[in-house]
Amino acid sequence: MRNSYRAQNIAFFFLFLATLLIVVPVGLIVVIIIQKGLPAINWQFLSDIPRQGMRAGGIFPAIVGTVYLVSGAIIFALPIGLLAAIYLSEYSKDNLLTRLIKLAIVNLAGVPSVVYGLFGLALFVIFFRFGASIISGSLTLGIMILPVIITTSREALESVPYSFREVSLSLGASKWQTIRHIVLPNAMPGILTGTILGLGRAAGETAPILFTAAAFYLPQLPNSVFDQVMALPYHLYVISTQVPNVEEKARYGTAFILLALVLFMNLVAIIIRYKFRKKKKW
Amino acid sequence: MRKLKEFIVEKLILICGLASIFFVALIFLFLLKEGFSIFKTVSPFNFLFGKSWYPISEPSQMGILPLILGSLLVTAGAAIISIPIGVGCAIYIAEIAPAKIKEILKAGIELLAAIPSVVLGFIGMVTLVPLVKTVFHLPTGLTALSGSIMLAFMAMPTIVSIAEDALYSVPKTYKEGALALGATRWQMIWRVMLPAASSGLLAAVMLGIGRVIGETMAVMMITGNAAVMPNSIFAPVRTLTATIAAEMGEAVVGSEHYFALFAIGIVLFVISFAINVTADLFLHQRQ
Repeated sequence: MRNSYRAQNIAFFFLFLATLLIVVPVGLIVVIIIQKGLPAINWQFLSDIPRQGMRAGGIFPAIVGTVYLVSGAIIFALPIGLLAAIYLSEYSKDNLLTRLIKLAIVNLAGVPSVVYGLFGLALFVIFFRFGASIISGSLTLGIMILPVIITTSREALESVPYSFREVSLSLGASKWQTIRHIVLPNAMPGILTGTILGLGRAAGETAPILFTAAAFYLPQLPNSVFDQVMALPYHLYVISTQVPNVEEKARYGTAFILLALVLFMNLVAIIIRYKFRKKKKW
Repeated sequence: MRKLKEFIVEKLILICGLASIFFVALIFLFLLKEGFSIFKTVSPFNFLFGKSWYPISEPSQMGILPLILGSLLVTAGAAIISIPIGVGCAIYIAEIAPAKIKEILKAGIELLAAIPSVVLGFIGMVTLVPLVKTVFHLPTGLTALSGSIMLAFMAMPTIVSIAEDALYSVPKTYKEGALALGATRWQMIWRVMLPAASSGLLAAVMLGIGRVIGETMAVMMITGNAAVMPNSIFAPVRTLTATIAAEMGEAVVGSEHYFALFAIGIVLFVISFAINVTADLFLHQRQ
């Protein structure tokens, strides 16, 4: 008996160790980036264009580019994703088609990000002749974050109690009226959470925009959706591998801004979820 | 009028519901459309098993075996590291950690999932790569090993969260039964929980591996990018994904090189498709 408890203690110790091996490096990464990146941040770094072959100046065009790309992606993905989620939660029956749709969503989520880049290049850049541009990049990112939005929105819709729907229907409302006025408002916080998570994902991805939108260096801001843009993740890749002798400070500074942007969005999503849970009426 | 509006809305919803299927098919079609032309000049066998990748030399050689092996080597390394640690962490979170610590740990894992891969690649370059170089006395730290360690780390959120779900969904009665028979908690976990959750755990591992194979930026930044037949985990390698990302910028649209890179995309798509479908079957079987 004592032996089996000793075995348990040893096993639990190793499980604890495994957990530390994951969580400690995560903490370290965040601390390192904040510690070395924060001193690089000043008004000039945020508002100036890159100068001297990206060795000096700021990252303003990359920030703007990322905001454009991410906004475009969400404008495209949110309506389609939301309607797809409504279909899955309100209309679909338990049949082969539904099974296929779910499988397609899983696959869409699993396609390697660089393959999205290839797809965007073939379809939007070349076939539709959009060129490497904001619109090509946004559409590519939009398709990539579709699974995130569908999955989270569907969960939000399905968590609205069935009785809400029954009451509305029994009062004579049609199915769409019920969805529009009862189900959607109640699922809104969950949908918002999913949307923000999708935004965060799109902001951090590099591979899908490599050949569809991102410019190596572009001193001016884009004029239309058919212009190329700089983007934060690609800029970080460029100054850490392609351009020699970039100050370490600038690299950490860029990494800090990108990480801060992504984590801020995740934080907002978490707060919304938390507040919603507290307020939940059912 | 209202009926017409509802009719239109409902059709729109149906169309969007089908969008995922449409996009998966569209991705595959366009990869095929652009990539298939390579097989006019190189046979599929020589493409997959050719030992040299010199796409822009004259005559060009388009064998992606070094890249496939590069991907396999890095992935195998990552799997060896990430499976025990990831599943161990999932067990700790699901069964052992006190409620408050559990929330903190889960937040930590979610945080890791949110960090963009290019940021992890950058951090890997400045911390892990020099570390591997000094520890193993290597001429360069940009090796398959560095890639494996980094990718193992990046697979963790997938493995831990799905494995934890699998453990969580084991019926409570199984646990209570085991404990009532006098088993210790560890015996219960090892002999009852793990076998009961096995298909879910397998799915977790597979999806983790899928994530690793498809990872691009971090792996491109820290594996050294040498498109040669890999012979050691202490040497630079290049993966399928990194090859596309690194070379597509220079490939001329419509050239053989361009077609070959799309053909690599087909290979990656097929691999990820197979992994996801199989993992989904395992997950479904559990329910």
